[in-house]
Amino acid sequence: MSNLPGDALTARDAGSGHRAHKYPQPLRGAPSAADQAGPQAADRQKLYDAFESILYQQAREPSQLPRTAPAYFRDLNLDQIVEVITAHKDEYDLKPFFYDALTTTDAIAYRHEVMGDLEHDRTLDRLNAFARKMSDMREQIARAQKLYYRLQKERWFLHAAETWCAAIRDLQADLAAAPLSSRGLLAFRAYVNRYAECARFVRLAATVGKLVEDLGAIHYCVLIKDNSFKVRKYDGEVDYSADILDTFRKFRQDDAEARRTDVPEAKDMNHIEAKILEFVARLYPEVFSRLEAFCLENRDFTDTTLARFDREVQFYISYMDYLTPLKRAGLCFCYPLIAVTDKTVSGEDAFDLALATKLIQEQTPVVCNDLQLTGNERILVISGPNQGGKTTFARMFGQLHHLASIGCPVPGRHARLFLFDALFTHFEREEDIRNRHGKLQDDLVRIHEILTRATPRSVVIMNEIFTSTALRDAVFLAREVLGHMIDLDCLGVCVTFLEELSSLNEKTVSMVSTVVPDNPAVRTYKVVRRPADGRSYALSIAEKYRVTYDCLKARIPE
Amino acid sequence: MGQEAGQPMKAHLLYRDRDLDMAQALPSGSGALVQDLELETLFGAMAQGDKAVAAVVRQAVLTSLADVETILYRQDILKDCLRWEAVVRDMYALLVETIEVERKNYIGFGFHYPAGMLHRSVDVLQMFFGVLQKLRGLAEQNVDRFESEGLRALFAMLIAELSDDYLATIRQHLQRLKFRGGILVSARLGKGNKGEGYVLRKENAPDNSWIERLLSPRPPAYAFRLPERDEGGARALSELRDRGITLVAGATFQAAHHITSFIKMLRTELAFYIGCLNLRRLLTALDEPVCFPVPHTASERDHRATGLYDVCLGLSMARKITGNTVDAKGKDVMIITGANQGGKSTFLRSIGLSQVMMQCGMFVPAESFAANVCERIFTHYRREEDATMSSGKFDEELSRMNDIAAEVRPNSIVLFNESFASTNEREGSEIARQVVTALMERHIKVFFVTHQYEFAHGLHARNLPNTLFLRAERQEGGTRTFRICEGVPLVTSYGQDLYAEIFVGQETARVAVAR
Repeated sequence: MSNLPGDALTARDAGSGHRAHKYPQPLRGAPSAADQAGPQAADRQKLYDAFESILYQQAREPSQLPRTAPAYFRDLNLDQIVEVITAHKDEYDLKPFFYDALTTTDAIAYRHEVMGDLEHDRTLDRLNAFARKMSDMREQIARAQKLYYRLQKERWFLHAAETWCAAIRDLQADLAAAPLSSRGLLAFRAYVNRYAECARFVRLAATVGKLVEDLGAIHYCVLIKDNSFKVRKYDGEVDYSADILDTFRKFRQDDAEARRTDVPEAKDMNHIEAKILEFVARLYPEVFSRLEAFCLENRDFTDTTLARFDREVQFYISYMDYLTPLKRAGLCFCYPLIAVTDKTVSGEDAFDLALATKLIQEQTPVVCNDLQLTGNERILVISGPNQGGKTTFARMFGQLHHLASIGCPVPGRHARLFLFDALFTHFEREEDIRNRHGKLQDDLVRIHEILTRATPRSVVIMNEIFTSTALRDAVFLAREVLGHMIDLDCLGVCVTFLEELSSLNEKTVSMVSTVVPDNPAVRTYKVVRRPADGRSYALSIAEKYRVTYDCLKARIPE
Repeated sequence: MGQEAGQPMKAHLLYRDRDLDMAQALPSGSGALVQDLELETLFGAMAQGDKAVAAVVRQAVLTSLADVETILYRQDILKDCLRWEAVVRDMYALLVETIEVERKNYIGFGFHYPAGMLHRSVDVLQMFFGVLQKLRGLAEQNVDRFESEGLRALFAMLIAELSDDYLATIRQHLQRLKFRGGILVSARLGKGNKGEGYVLRKENAPDNSWIERLLSPRPPAYAFRLPERDEGGARALSELRDRGITLVAGATFQAAHHITSFIKMLRTELAFYIGCLNLRRLLTALDEPVCFPVPHTASERDHRATGLYDVCLGLSMARKITGNTVDAKGKDVMIITGANQGGKSTFLRSIGLSQVMMQCGMFVPAESFAANVCERIFTHYRREEDATMSSGKFDEELSRMNDIAAEVRPNSIVLFNESFASTNEREGSEIARQVVTALMERHIKVFFVTHQYEFAHGLHARNLPNTLFLRAERQEGGTRTFRICEGVPLVTSYGQDLYAEIFVGQETARVAVAR
């Protein structure tokens, strides 16, 4: 793909208060989401007819998806993020989708469009409602299979069919009312309409409806005396509890509820209940024979494509649910501009998503940072005092790129990111420090491997390399490694204590972390674009006491 | 007072048309009122250890009445109670005992077994049945002897509601709840065709002759008898029986709860008068007089009393207290000055106490008493405890004044005791002047005990017709009488007297050394 204006998607703001932005323009050749006349209409129709997946333009089977997380997940704390996102969603097996980086901007656009449609709260609610019903249905089918008594199994099976019919009908109505413009959801809507109107489904729904109504009308009495019981139809006998309450109501002074001793409800039936049910079936033979016939004739009433949608849409729902508390706390998210050739990278008010999640829970403010690589700039070299947010910044850089690659909104007011072919991280780990010699060797092996595999379209993130090496060696090795990256022309971040690295050549950009050193409660966690002059620490103290050059100028009259 | 069928039975001894609402939030400033007037002493004397009485008198006193009619309604009932003290105390004792028996019946009972719970509830209903019969008997005996509207209505209601027919219905229920004929439950098919919506039913009464029943087709029914040794089946059947029983047990429990709530309501309504009886008993023993006050409407201005004494001081010292005479008819602002420890604070408290007692329908500690009711009653006392923090203290005082200002409205009363004195006299006097002038112009009645000559004298100099100046009396030679009389503010407050009293020993010693 060439470096033309169409190379990138138009970014949209995914922040809480800014939904009125223009819809992303699809790329050349891709079917337009907006209503357009002309030759594209036929393509669009084809797409609708052939709806397969809400995540991919062609459905991917589970076997085609990665089962394990990319190697960089742990270093970037993406594993934590995905863990939280997919918590309580085990039934959908969502993690593979979060591992699977996309390779074309159009594949990303397909997801951005869907996500954009889901930003209407009502649409999201509607799909959530569908998901709940599907989940209920699966549980009901599982029950029907597990239980023992035939009359009970049959009824659970009918519940499942009832849930399915309601889910489809509601989904059809909900989608009809939803303002949609994504290719994915428009195609899905067409699919649901076709499905809901096919003769087979219509017949199923009618049969289910009648059975549910007739079974619901059954009302019977059991007379229990000593070791025997009698079952008969209900014949207008009055509620004796109500009778008692009527008698004594006039003493009532408050609205206290009756004290209930709830008899624990067993899920299964015991043989007495089964016997009573058998008698009830004998009292109402016609309804029960219809129920039996229904179960024999409708062994599988669901649909593969709808079931796949149910799973896949959870990718979006879970991610958006995850963002909700963060947005509420005032953090911004955006649809990043994605480029495949132009290596300009920028972001405003971005942050480490994993850290932000933790901080919001603790009700601690999140510090946002800006980043920028323009022209020939490729590598951010971050130095400065510890505990100032250097590693967090490096993680953020990686997270932004990965999240962008799976078609998700990313942290920040706006962002322009690169669609990498591979992402590599090398983070020094505390526990490795003990074995120095072995460690240096391991490090170099790993770094070498990374640099061998990396291409000009890769992103490489190095965090605190060679910290346990002698300074001279460290400077030498780091220069070499950085030199390789520069020659390769890949994008990257290098966190280092070696200030020498920050001004290697025009491809490197120096950034420094800043802190308020004598007051740890007021850490800035700001990482700013500034030469590494070793003064940042002292400068922040001077600012605190208002004795910097600027301050003094302002305070001392002319 | 005829009550419509279906309406809950009410006593209405405190209000003509409603219960005392124990959950009603107390007016703001109640805490200060309790502290400043030492109301805990009053509550304690009235309760005599009965927690219910303690709670009720606190609520009744603090949610004070501003309408004369309800005050008189309570006064009438209280007069009946004073006249028939034994009857009222017997009735109260019956209620207390009933509640105690009911409470003990449920103690240590887990409510896990429906049959057990039903059994307990039926026992309680049985016990209540006896109490209801006694209550009706008591009402029948006394309905003609009592004179007050409230108590006559209560007795008439008990007679009407607890009729022979009604008591017979209760007896039938107590019989039926033994379930000699088995348990009939109805149900519908729920999830998985499991029975749900169980309702315990009463068998239909046969409504046609036995011949018709013989000829009409029997509705289909299927019967099952458990085989011998089917223990699982027996357990399952008993669960099903419990499902029915639990409903009726709940209803029976609720029925018992209803009666309990009725008994407790009766006790609450009576408790106030029991408190009054207790207090009168104590005051009679101290030979202190009480009288029923004559309340005037809030817009009038009256405050006349003879033999007015601080009931809390009397109770805590257990002796007769000097009473004061006051005549403040037509006055809005009363300024009290005079000697330290000359009885000013005691006098101010007696003003406050008699006001709150009148406004909850009680008798008052005086030989005679007449005053207008006030919309709201506030106290603003100098707080001695934080005298050391003088800078924060004035701040705190004004903060409390701010609280009062947020709530006070025309025809309220505010009692000030040495307020705004935690700053220098000039500033304090100025604040006091501004506060009092504003209140006066908003038709708020003010009693103000002060040492601040600037303030008191300044107001006196204005010569307003609606202000009254009182002074702690002092006889020649400095002896205090603890009597408050009319009198203009004097320049000094006899602090030297106090100094002399306390320091006299040391003074003598120092003089001796000098010599």
